[in-house]
Amino acid sequence: MVKDQEFLKKKASYCLGLAKKLGATESSVIVNNSVSETVNFRNKKLDESNRSDDLGISITTYIGKKKSSISSSNLQDDNLNILIEKCVETTKNTPEDEFNSLPDKDLLAKDFKDLNLYDDTHIENDQKIDYLKKLESAASNDKKIINTESSFAQNKSNFILANTKGFCAGYKTSSFTASSITVAKDEKSMERDYEYSSKCFLKDLDDAGELGKKAADQTIRKLSPKKIGSEKIAIIFDKRIAKGILSTFASAISSSAISRGTSFLKDKVKQKIFSDTINVLDKPDILKGLGSRNFDIEGVKTDTLKLVEQGVLRHYLIDTYNGKKLNLKSNGRCGGTSNLYFENGNVSFKDLLNSKSKSLYITETIGHGSNIVTGDYSVGATGFLVENGEFKYPINEITIAGNFKDMFQNITLANDLEFKYATNSPTMMIEGMVVAGK
Amino acid sequence: MSNFFEKSDLSRSEAENIISDTLQKCDDGELYLENSKSESILLDDNKIKNSSYNSDLGFGFRAISDEVVAYSHSNEISKNSLKQSSENLKSTLKSVKGTYNHEIPKSNKKYYDNINPIEQKSLNEKIKILNEVNNYLRSKDNNIKQVTANFLGEQKSVEIIRSGGETLTDVRPLIRFNVSVMLEKNGRKETGVYGVGGRQSYDSYLKDDNWKSVCDEALRIASVNLESKPAPAGEMKVVLGPGWPAILIHEAVGHGLEGDFNRKKTSAFHNLMGQKVASEGVTIIDDGTIDNRRGSLTIDDEGTPTEKTVLIENGILKNFMQDRLNARLMKTKSTGSGRRENYRHIVLPRMRNTMMLSGDQTQDEMIKAVDKGIFAVSFGGGQVDITSGKFVFNCTEAYEIVNGKIGSPIKGATLIGDGPSILKEVSMVGNDMMMDPGIGTCGKAGQGVPVGVAQPSILINKMTVGGTKL
Repeated sequence: MVKDQEFLKKKASYCLGLAKKLGATESSVIVNNSVSETVNFRNKKLDESNRSDDLGISITTYIGKKKSSISSSNLQDDNLNILIEKCVETTKNTPEDEFNSLPDKDLLAKDFKDLNLYDDTHIENDQKIDYLKKLESAASNDKKIINTESSFAQNKSNFILANTKGFCAGYKTSSFTASSITVAKDEKSMERDYEYSSKCFLKDLDDAGELGKKAADQTIRKLSPKKIGSEKIAIIFDKRIAKGILSTFASAISSSAISRGTSFLKDKVKQKIFSDTINVLDKPDILKGLGSRNFDIEGVKTDTLKLVEQGVLRHYLIDTYNGKKLNLKSNGRCGGTSNLYFENGNVSFKDLLNSKSKSLYITETIGHGSNIVTGDYSVGATGFLVENGEFKYPINEITIAGNFKDMFQNITLANDLEFKYATNSPTMMIEGMVVAGK
Repeated sequence: MSNFFEKSDLSRSEAENIISDTLQKCDDGELYLENSKSESILLDDNKIKNSSYNSDLGFGFRAISDEVVAYSHSNEISKNSLKQSSENLKSTLKSVKGTYNHEIPKSNKKYYDNINPIEQKSLNEKIKILNEVNNYLRSKDNNIKQVTANFLGEQKSVEIIRSGGETLTDVRPLIRFNVSVMLEKNGRKETGVYGVGGRQSYDSYLKDDNWKSVCDEALRIASVNLESKPAPAGEMKVVLGPGWPAILIHEAVGHGLEGDFNRKKTSAFHNLMGQKVASEGVTIIDDGTIDNRRGSLTIDDEGTPTEKTVLIENGILKNFMQDRLNARLMKTKSTGSGRRENYRHIVLPRMRNTMMLSGDQTQDEMIKAVDKGIFAVSFGGGQVDITSGKFVFNCTEAYEIVNGKIGSPIKGATLIGDGPSILKEVSMVGNDMMMDPGIGTCGKAGQGVPVGVAQPSILINKMTVGGTKL
């Protein structure tokens, strides 16, 4: 069982008290516990069961404008005594930084809505096994599927965030995650693909049979891929890849990248960085949302932000430290975004495929090819050639490249947004990118 | 060395009894205990941004029957906690049979000293060096707009207790020093990153103002990139420099030669044992036994002493890298490649220091042999799709080659190739093998472990360069 609020609160207040006694002028502490149970299947048989019980504590102490932090997984008092003493000692020896401070009191969250993030249901390993049997049987129906691996995980977490400005809050969250990875083979090639579902509530999880079938279908259609020539071509990003482009945008508008001057979007607030039709929202209060929360990891309240409005950048993602440096107030985005998404575009998925006589539909990218300093983008890609709205044949061993500054101005979005992850995008088309192949 | 039972209500002999009771009739398994201490000190934007310390303690209890692995971990080393883990393992492995008598070979060799690098240098000394780094770089070039430098230090103590009470221990130091600079000139920004590290004290890497050469290298890379032009797009010849570019070897063939993917037949290499997978003259080894290297280990995380494993010898595929589980199921022996990020994770067969050995040609000969292509000197990172065999890596310093001569620097681009065929495209192997500077971390199944790579300069006949210039 995951530890209750009382246990976590007791540890948190012990740490704040001790830090004060040892000379810290301010301090903050996060105590968390997470218990997860996972069952993995492979080729219709039990492969692995895994139970983890993780405790963690992290403490930041301030002496005036000096700051240091420690973290540990050992919550025994004698260990905490040694660590907090070390933390305060290190704080004394760390140079001052005028922007170091806890959040302003008036920015701390006071209203705590029930966002429906915790499902008390406990699913026994035998039930997980039943789900995975059904999943793998659907996934291995076709003879071309030569290997299936699937997983079912239940996670229950609880945390407390407390600081010396009187903030003390936390809550339980749960997640149920199922995934299926399949390998298909024909005479010419071997390919792998996957499908995945993660929800706060067990009853919302995708049907096992559908999930397995989807993974298998997505794998089989990749068999016998071709390599195409190098050319400039319209690229359509599947939703699971399009969300990654939105994540890159989010790191480029984080206040730390902006204040350090290491983002291609520095000084771009109030400027048009996307095409006219694009709106980007970060909405923390979606019920059962995978990124939902009442406050950020500093305790600052989080409101919905319309980050991009008709193509124009409206906000950075601001935390306390970098906010003070930029002379801006924290908007509760320490630790990043909540439920981040592009609003739906105006065209259907089908019309988007049909909009060009020839385009590339990308289902997977590999490599770490996003540079937020320059905006340059270059990654390996796998996908399909689309001609007149039809998937013609699979493609691999190509790269796609461009610069985000241009790519953002050339985005067309479909109207098929769904909330499958914490960051979500409808299917996305970008014109003017370069494919390198043969 | 940590005494894991000192402050616990659980005594060593009680733990041994629970382990033996849980693992009786299992094919394999162990209790893995870990105590790690780590620090991070970061200078950024002219200030000490972060000084943090982490202490992590926990155990992972594993039981294996045939192919099925049951695993349970916790932070609390106590009677209750270990018993609960034991119950979890027993309930997964309801019908177990047989025992696995794969004895752990004995070795007295150690590849690093029992030190705690964190304690060997005071906080004030570390802060002083970081400030010197900042001042040194900013006074060197007016175009420097950002300097980030950091120290990462760690000491990890591990203990492995097997059924019957056999106990193996290791204390592993690890440090890393990193410098990143950003230049801005005429509105254009570019970065350069360089670092050093390994399993010795900070001073072994920083003495005699050696930190200055790390700074110089980061600045040099950034300066080169400031002059870079768009990279070409399409298939062409590629010359790779020695050292760190060996992450090509790591991605293109290394992962595909890990035991688990081959037992499961999901690796593009699984049916190629004994066959020619590379050009003649190409020999690749994975070596855990080089003194003080980042990827070296005295014993792996199952207690097996590491070794020098020949993967490809003169073009022929010779061995996979194995942990105990995959070795047993593939009827071979562990190569001491069983690793985990920490006690929270199960063991997987992983790389250590993966190296392509020297041939007899020179880099000059390679450059001269290229009419149109690129010369890649430094890389960011890479990734591979094990099943299709396609892999990428990202250049952070590269030049065009025109008519046998090195030309202008080109912008960072991704290179993509096919793992099982790329080594057959290697047409020249240099005589200049070099280790990387000690900065690599390999990710697999969500677990990061420190690794090393090495290679000489090589010429590859054909790779796709992912630039924007058609």
